[in-house]
Amino acid sequence: MDEILSIRNLTKSYDDLTVLNQINLDVSRGEVVVIVGPSGCGKSTLLRCINAFEKIQEGMVKLDGEVINPFKGKLNEIREKIGMVFQSYELFPHKTVLQNMTLAPIMVKKIKKKEAEEEALALLDRVGLLTKKDNYPRQLSGGQKQRVAIVRALMMHPEILLLDEITAALDPEMVKEVLDVVINLAKEGRTMVIVTHELSFARAVADRMVFIDAGRIVEEGSPIKFFESPKTERLRKFLDSFKYI
Amino acid sequence: MDLEILISYFPRYLDAFKLTVIIGCTGILIAFILGIISAFSIHFKIPIMSQFFRVYIEIFRNTPLLVQLFFFYFGLPKLGISITSEVCGVMGIGLLGGSYMAEGIRSGMDAVSESQRESALALGMTRKQMFFHVIFPEAFSLSIPAIVANVIFLLKETSVFSAISLMDLMFTAKDLIGLYYNTTEALFLLVVFYIIMLLPVSLIGNVIEGRVHYKMFGA
Repeated sequence: MDEILSIRNLTKSYDDLTVLNQINLDVSRGEVVVIVGPSGCGKSTLLRCINAFEKIQEGMVKLDGEVINPFKGKLNEIREKIGMVFQSYELFPHKTVLQNMTLAPIMVKKIKKKEAEEEALALLDRVGLLTKKDNYPRQLSGGQKQRVAIVRALMMHPEILLLDEITAALDPEMVKEVLDVVINLAKEGRTMVIVTHELSFARAVADRMVFIDAGRIVEEGSPIKFFESPKTERLRKFLDSFKYI
Repeated sequence: MDLEILISYFPRYLDAFKLTVIIGCTGILIAFILGIISAFSIHFKIPIMSQFFRVYIEIFRNTPLLVQLFFFYFGLPKLGISITSEVCGVMGIGLLGGSYMAEGIRSGMDAVSESQRESALALGMTRKQMFFHVIFPEAFSLSIPAIVANVIFLLKETSVFSAISLMDLMFTAKDLIGLYYNTTEALFLLVVFYIIMLLPVSLIGNVIEGRVHYKMFGA
């Protein structure tokens, strides 16, 4: 398969504390990889290592065959190719929805304002937020903000999209509207690495599941095997913790 | 209170008012520019400049304006630099104000969250683009209440100008009282003119604060 992202022996530590230990992970073009694990296991840190928000102590991250962490050149050029959506949306509060979306394409990619706006409007239409184009972020609900954040990332035409617990701050009712957008992106064949606690969503969207615990990949595999017949005791316990009754 | 006295004093107050406003506003403009430069230097930890401005801020924030004015007016000539009392006034307000403005703007810059920066970088912006299009506009909006408060504070501080024989409002009032003993009229006009000077600043400040705040945070 055509590998787009390749992580080799990645080790991340803060002083004596090792957060990620010898991580190996490959992502193919068009693949959706979902990472789950207990809080503090290092899954968000792994995403942040992919676009070099975190320095790594060992190993390397390659995107399209090019080493991006540890990276020597201009980080902004590499980050253009990697879209990232955050738990806390991080829309720019002083800009309207439309401006939020067109700011980076116009400034970074030097796309003409009119073209950028046309594309933004088409994307907003797709996520059902066309009427909100001139609103400020504060006027939107959490779910709406997060949908804007997703299409804002898409405006840069990233080769890969990193989603970091994008529904963790949302009311349960809003989770679905956001996750539906993500499921549609998966159907389109977008390459994504998703960190989430929503297991039913993970199951629906993932091509491959990865379970991280204490900084190591403990188990990975297809969603069916992952959820139906986990190989490790640790994953079984983790999955059980989501079951009530 | 005697209306005739009020009317006869009025032109002198008007002159003093003009002088106070001109020196005050020039000083505030300098304070603003100085504040932005200091805040930038410190926020970005620019070598030498950040240390320099830190020392500057601590010196000027922690000494009274009167002491600073005395230093410029009576001290500098001893070092061979003599300046007029008008220049002293502008320097005083500018330097004192610069240290206050710096802290106000810097607190706004610090208040913009780390993840806002990261989200701009994640979109492929350079650090410079991130700063000028995302961080600074947000930080500036957050600093507006502090900036407005500083402008009002600095305009009021002009009342110590009389100590270096600048014919500001306070000087005029004291002078007239000394000459004619019409204390009530002189003080009444003094209060009126300060209010005329400061009330518009206060009101305009409220409107700007309200607009910016509404745009970003609602209500």
